[in-house]
Amino acid sequence: MTTSSTNDPVENPSTPADCLQTPLDAWHREAGAKMVPFAGYSMPIQYEGIVAEHQACRNSAALFDVSHMGRLRFDGDHAAEFLDHMLTRRVTDMVPGQVRYGMVCNAEGGVLDDVLVSFLQTPSERRFHLLVVNASNREKILKWFEPHLADFPTVTMSDRTELTAMIAVQGPMAIEVCKKLFTIDPSRLKNYSAFITDQFAKPVIVSRTGYTGEDGLELIVRAEEAQRVWENVLLAGREAGFKPAGLGARDTLRMEAGMPLYGHELDETIDPITAGLKFGCNLKDRHFIGDQALQAVVDQGRTRCRIGLLPTGKRPAREGCAVLTADGETIGKVTSGGPSPTLGVPIAMATIDAKHAKDASFQIDIRGKTTEALPTKLPFYKRPVAAS
Amino acid sequence: MARDPSTLRYAETHEWVDVQEEGGDKFATIGISAFAVEQLNDLVYMDLPEVGRELEIGEEFGEVESVKAVSPLYSPVAGEVVAVHSDLPDNLDNLNDDAFDFGWILKVKLSADLPDSLMDFAAYQKQCSEAG
Repeated sequence: MTTSSTNDPVENPSTPADCLQTPLDAWHREAGAKMVPFAGYSMPIQYEGIVAEHQACRNSAALFDVSHMGRLRFDGDHAAEFLDHMLTRRVTDMVPGQVRYGMVCNAEGGVLDDVLVSFLQTPSERRFHLLVVNASNREKILKWFEPHLADFPTVTMSDRTELTAMIAVQGPMAIEVCKKLFTIDPSRLKNYSAFITDQFAKPVIVSRTGYTGEDGLELIVRAEEAQRVWENVLLAGREAGFKPAGLGARDTLRMEAGMPLYGHELDETIDPITAGLKFGCNLKDRHFIGDQALQAVVDQGRTRCRIGLLPTGKRPAREGCAVLTADGETIGKVTSGGPSPTLGVPIAMATIDAKHAKDASFQIDIRGKTTEALPTKLPFYKRPVAAS
Repeated sequence: MARDPSTLRYAETHEWVDVQEEGGDKFATIGISAFAVEQLNDLVYMDLPEVGRELEIGEEFGEVESVKAVSPLYSPVAGEVVAVHSDLPDNLDNLNDDAFDFGWILKVKLSADLPDSLMDFAAYQKQCSEAG
């Protein structure tokens, strides 16, 4: 037996010299996390086990160190216009406290990254935009933005990633427990909104956003405050069953929520429309890089599309497995797949030829054995709506 | 009678081997170690070989899958598969507490001596402590 998979690095390596550490690195190691190199950082893949951490998030709440994700700050007049030009999503009409999901595309419409853009206001009424980008794309996006910034001389971009930490608190109990932790009560936040508050007079950006399908918050704090904030949240949630969770559970949670992961459902060879993310594109009455390419996809129709699949049987389909029609014609491949801890069955997302989007059944070639798979609407899992 | 892990032989790839003589023939019962089960964590799937299949030393005979990863299973011995533990794939959780008894995967009628590369318990423990 050897453990291997598409993206599983060796577990518990001594941190490679070229691996960055998040401000919570010592805490993870102390807690017995399995650490793996990921996107240039040494990151916890799991503590006690992926399934237990996944269930904690679905039933109570889980804490994720997501400090590896890039945090880019934009200041100055016309920062909104600059970002509006760079993103598929309209930024110019955002009001302070709004957060939006969008993509950065190249001129051909290929996705360079998927991002969250926030428009924030400090207590002293300074306003700025914050862009959260994928860890693996931070350098690429910085390089991509630089020449375009030259056209916006009043806009400054600063990379805040290593000066700050980012902690996701996700799950049905997250808001209730975090209510008492900040000067402003986060339950006042609507989904996809954010404010700047403080904990013990230290600033915290709190957003009602996440990547698990659960209700929850994402907190951005100064690097030196990270461990204190992390421990405060864990302590406040101890009775409710809060647990730290690693990248393993983060992946199974986002997969159940039908959310794309850059490098899997998204890359430079795919456009947002094909990836099923048209909601993150505002094509009307504005211009941005890639707009004509995206409009052409809308006008001419997609040639490929993203679907959800439920393989029959117990054997999970994994990324890279070929997807076939019921007649055995290869029409695409699995972009993410694995067992769903919540549903107890294997789930998979795949990109396939659009003309087969409505087929009633498919086959997946799982390492040489074909398995029937039934199409299903995304997301695989939707959180129960709380009775209020 | 419970199997004693300290009396078994181990492959570098974490399979354990228990050899018994029955009626003049030698049989090996094979499973994966408690250490391997713990490392894999959250097992979800196991693929077993057919009874009657001839295995070479080091040949892949199946796979075990956790939430995160697929791991091939390699035969530590050469011979014919005479039994497989067909209840195991539906009860993988039991492996966590019982890797050496309930956790047997297959039984092979040996066609050759055990390879010299198999470790005794002490050597295997040393390998695990270095890996951990």
